[in-house]
Amino acid sequence: MDVFLQLTVSGLSTGMIYALAAAGFVVIYKASDVINFAQGDLLLFGTYLIFFAVAQTGLPWSVGVLVTLLLAVAVALAIERLVLRPLIGEPIISMIMVTIGLSSILRAAVNAIWGPQPRSFPSFLPSGDVALGPVILSTDRLLSIPIALGVLAALWLFFRHTRDGIAMRAIADDQQAALSMGISIPRVFGIAWGLAAASAAIGGIMLGNIVGVSPNVASIGLRVFPVVILGGLDSIRGAVIGGAIIGLLEVYTGGYVGRGLSLVVPYVVLVLVLMVRPYGLFGREIIERV
Amino acid sequence: MGAAQAGAGPVRVRRAGWERAMSLECGVFHTRYESDMGLRPWPVQRIRLALFAAFVLAFPFFASPYWLDLANQVAIATVGAIGLNILVGYTGQISLGQGAFMAIGAYSAGLLTMNLGLPWGVSIACACVMTSVAGTFFGLPSLRLKGLYLAIATLAAQEIVEWGMTHWTAVTGGTEAIVLPAPRLFGVRLNTGFSFYWFGVLMAAGTALFAANLFRTRMGRAFVAVRDQDIAASVIGVNLFRTKLLAFATSSFFVGLAGAMIAYYRTIITWERFTLETSIVYLAMIIVGGLGSIRGSFFGAVLITLLPALITNAGRALQDTAPAVAGLLPYAQQAVFGLVIILFLIFEPKGLSKLWGNVKDYFHVWPFAYRRG
Repeated sequence: MDVFLQLTVSGLSTGMIYALAAAGFVVIYKASDVINFAQGDLLLFGTYLIFFAVAQTGLPWSVGVLVTLLLAVAVALAIERLVLRPLIGEPIISMIMVTIGLSSILRAAVNAIWGPQPRSFPSFLPSGDVALGPVILSTDRLLSIPIALGVLAALWLFFRHTRDGIAMRAIADDQQAALSMGISIPRVFGIAWGLAAASAAIGGIMLGNIVGVSPNVASIGLRVFPVVILGGLDSIRGAVIGGAIIGLLEVYTGGYVGRGLSLVVPYVVLVLVLMVRPYGLFGREIIERV
Repeated sequence: MGAAQAGAGPVRVRRAGWERAMSLECGVFHTRYESDMGLRPWPVQRIRLALFAAFVLAFPFFASPYWLDLANQVAIATVGAIGLNILVGYTGQISLGQGAFMAIGAYSAGLLTMNLGLPWGVSIACACVMTSVAGTFFGLPSLRLKGLYLAIATLAAQEIVEWGMTHWTAVTGGTEAIVLPAPRLFGVRLNTGFSFYWFGVLMAAGTALFAANLFRTRMGRAFVAVRDQDIAASVIGVNLFRTKLLAFATSSFFVGLAGAMIAYYRTIITWERFTLETSIVYLAMIIVGGLGSIRGSFFGAVLITLLPALITNAGRALQDTAPAVAGLLPYAQQAVFGLVIILFLIFEPKGLSKLWGNVKDYFHVWPFAYRRG
């Protein structure tokens, strides 16, 4: 039972970081139909930005987080303006390849600036252990769950209640109708990329605290696919639930079955979901069938 | 003389052989269907092809071992890129599983030799067929999924095969490498740079010829119809189920061949050669070269294979003036790779094949300024 609780908390915290990365993915997909293969690299970039701001520059962490978010959003806006906008309306393969190209450039930039070796990170989330009944849990993992849920709730509120959020949903629904109602599509695409970068950066900051700073962080980018397909490609709620399920599944198979399997189980789930229910748990059922 | 025969039929312009050979892609009148339907209907095209063939035949005699190795890599990449282009460029089914299919080809070829003692030629042929079968199996989701969903399904297939390679220790040896005996033909070792070159060129040329003819048959045209508009294709009598599976089978046959060629060229099989990175590199080749183009696959294979080597050479040249450059080389390679993909997608989405077409168009009716298209 102790092991079970331990695994559950660690699975949930991993899952919430997946959910943050997945939420950024979903926001971009919802607004502009772009499948972002660079999501993991945005996360990586966030991790190194906070490392730069807090560990290298010596800013207090509250300011450091702010600087990280601003820089991440600025980079995302530049990417949207320079790379994605000329390609609006191009076929899917172009969109996939352009984000893969971006991911390659981002990763090279991070490695060239900060080097490939893992760095120690002065974590600012309290890192002690808490005894929760019979189990001992680390505080930073425990704390990451409410933080992620807070960010995701904020995103959800944004889509529901703000003007830009509703504009984004309108564009997702029908681009032409949205245009004729006076919605500026470039502005909305920019906001989508900014939001995605911000949520990825927050995920990156938390990862930096929990597992440290290293180029391996980018591998989360691929883990996002099982999460978004399970949750539904265009649903924030799906990203949260999908993230939790995939995170839990990974630690349970890792903890009870064997370490090797936890790497492949998410993809097996992905294939099963695609065969049975391609639009996922909460996605809209407008997937194209042949 | 021409005026006297005017009533008898179309006027044929007769010219001396040399003048005909030098004529550009105009002013040539075909009088038989066979000559009109050839792969190279114009004399000037045949001359270009002959020049290229002469270069390919002469190349290994003056190339250094370093360049021979690069040429062999290009030959293997050409086979793989044409295979991928059949699926992605011509049939429109996006696949991120190239690395997995190459792995299946390489491992089947290697394991058949190691466990059953088959000669290398037989095991390469068997590996192609086995990859083809595996490709058909992984193509099954394409019957229900389209576009982005199919891409994600093939991504999952790639991850699962990659996991199988590294964890199914009993069969693949896990992360340990499989070492193969050197392939021999009439007593000549085939895995040296010079002798593999001929094998590689033969395979690449054969693949290109097959693919070029494939898209002149009913089946090949059905592939293209599925890419352009699948519903319309099924309305005009293309069986989507069969066509898509055939596309997967044909494509992965050649991809498996490329994998098996790598296995026998290196005589060592390691899983690191067949990761998602490999899939991405091959997709980059056909994007940069040109989707749905055989010569584009070749151009892309050349550019993407030579790019890292060129950057390394440039870095070495700069090493004396700026020593810091050497440490940044791997990142420069990675960044330039990404940059090349993005720049091509933004400025020339039809790739090098289109650029080459532009050059040819310019000379089409040269020296007149009048251009086609």
